[in-house]
Amino acid sequence: MATVQAFPVQAQAGEQIAARLDQVSKNYGAVQALKNFSLDVRAGELTAVLGPNGAGKTTAIKLLLGLARPTSGRVSVFGGDPTAIETHLRVGAMLQVGRVPESLRVREHIDLFSSYYVRPLPMKQTLAIAGIENLQDRKFGALSGGQKQRVLFALAVCGNPDLLFLDEPTVGLDVEARHLLWEEIRQLLALGKTVVLTTHYLEEADALADRIVVINKGCMIAEGTPAEIKARTAGKKIRCITRLSAGAVRGLRNVVDVQEDRGAMVIHTSRPEDVLRELLNRDLDISGIEVLGAGLEDAFLALTQEKAN
Amino acid sequence: MATTAISPAINVIKPNLFSIYFKETKYELLKCLRLPMYSVSTVAFPIMFYVLFGLIMGRQNIGNVSTTTYLIAAYGTFGVMGASLFGTAATLASERGFGWLEMKKASPMPPFAYFFAKVVMSMIFSATDVVLLLILGTAFGGVHLPAIVTAKLFLTLVAGSLPFCAMGLAIGYFAGPTSAPAFINVFYLPMSFCSGLWIPFIFLPRFVQKIAILLPPFHLSQLALGLVGAGNGRVMRSHWEALIGFAMICLGIAWAGHQRDQKANG
Repeated sequence: MATVQAFPVQAQAGEQIAARLDQVSKNYGAVQALKNFSLDVRAGELTAVLGPNGAGKTTAIKLLLGLARPTSGRVSVFGGDPTAIETHLRVGAMLQVGRVPESLRVREHIDLFSSYYVRPLPMKQTLAIAGIENLQDRKFGALSGGQKQRVLFALAVCGNPDLLFLDEPTVGLDVEARHLLWEEIRQLLALGKTVVLTTHYLEEADALADRIVVINKGCMIAEGTPAEIKARTAGKKIRCITRLSAGAVRGLRNVVDVQEDRGAMVIHTSRPEDVLRELLNRDLDISGIEVLGAGLEDAFLALTQEKAN
Repeated sequence: MATTAISPAINVIKPNLFSIYFKETKYELLKCLRLPMYSVSTVAFPIMFYVLFGLIMGRQNIGNVSTTTYLIAAYGTFGVMGASLFGTAATLASERGFGWLEMKKASPMPPFAYFFAKVVMSMIFSATDVVLLLILGTAFGGVHLPAIVTAKLFLTLVAGSLPFCAMGLAIGYFAGPTSAPAFINVFYLPMSFCSGLWIPFIFLPRFVQKIAILLPPFHLSQLALGLVGAGNGRVMRSHWEALIGFAMICLGIAWAGHQRDQKANG
């Protein structure tokens, strides 16, 4: 697949950067939402910012949208000021909104947002990309959760922007609605758009992203392709019954996390063989051993906790 | 798969500002028109009061004008104030508090368009109130005002929407998203009473009359009453000055609220 560059940006070491956070810190009062965080968003790619709630994902998006200013460090979008109107004309955003004016119809919301842009998509195309053709005459308040998310998605794409920010676009959606939205996001990528998406589902990042940035407590803890991230988080779970204390097991090499579960112990590790050898050495009476492949979510949890400890 | 390049020639073409302001206002109007809480209450209450206390019960004169004439000025002020306060404060507080304003700020919307739409929308509802009162008064209340006075009365009351829009913005920046309507009523109802909008000013207790001098609806209603020949004899200019001064203070408070929001975000 040949992707044609959707817009010219300054070449940076042979790659094209659509947006950049450079050593950015952001404090809200005493709370440090981002610590020395750097992020390069490459043109034409989907960058997923992955992390648990409160990790600083939304803060990163707000900085890139010019809605917040960094406490220190530099933010640039298309090489320029993220607050400038010229920048906003090339950017679309889907944010987490508590309540959208409910008495306006879907097409009225889209018509208004389209008018802000220089070269918006025709209404028909916006409705088609978001898959909401049959909802256009409905009032926003009469929509289901998944339909509301799709309308917000339509507002992000209606201006035909080069760069899209999707802040947790599938939060609260059921599996079917989530997969529908994924399909719509893939269509955008096929059009050559650049997308920054935040999520706390590793599965979602894996399904969509060219690059994943894992963030926790305001710090970047991993960065790479989905395959690289998965390799780093390819953890296992050992379930066993042992007389060793959880604290003692937690102290073993290569143990990421330990949980007690109905009389058994569940040990998260990236090297189950080494941990088992240690366990067998220390507890001759150990029993009920099972080694399980940790799910993606477990692995992600392991990765975020590994850095936190 | 190859896709076509999107031209970056944005510097050449600017968005159509006229279209943005028009659509922003149109949809603000539609949005509020479809909310009975707003559209019915801001129009129905002044009209209902006028029918009840003016057309049905108001047989005598207040000062040297008929009650029906007097009350067009009083309930006109009441209606304008309600339409403007609720039209700006309630929507701003809710859109600020629930993140919708942020979604708009992330778009290329010119920020001024957002406020412009709210003010124009409030003025349109205010104008509707005044026109309905004038029609009712003329048709059923024996109100005979020369055309020029009618026009001046209409323009004065609709212009009087502006200081209350400023007040609404100030409230909208400090009230919570769901508490705003209660917050507005805390100002709206006592101010209306003390300014003589429900009970004519001359019948108010002396100490309330003293408070009234400090209240903007008093000044707007006195401007309107002056036009129909029921003024208190003060110079019109002093009332205009009071309203302008009040609007400036409110805009200052709104600005401080805006700055506070910006600071909370950085």
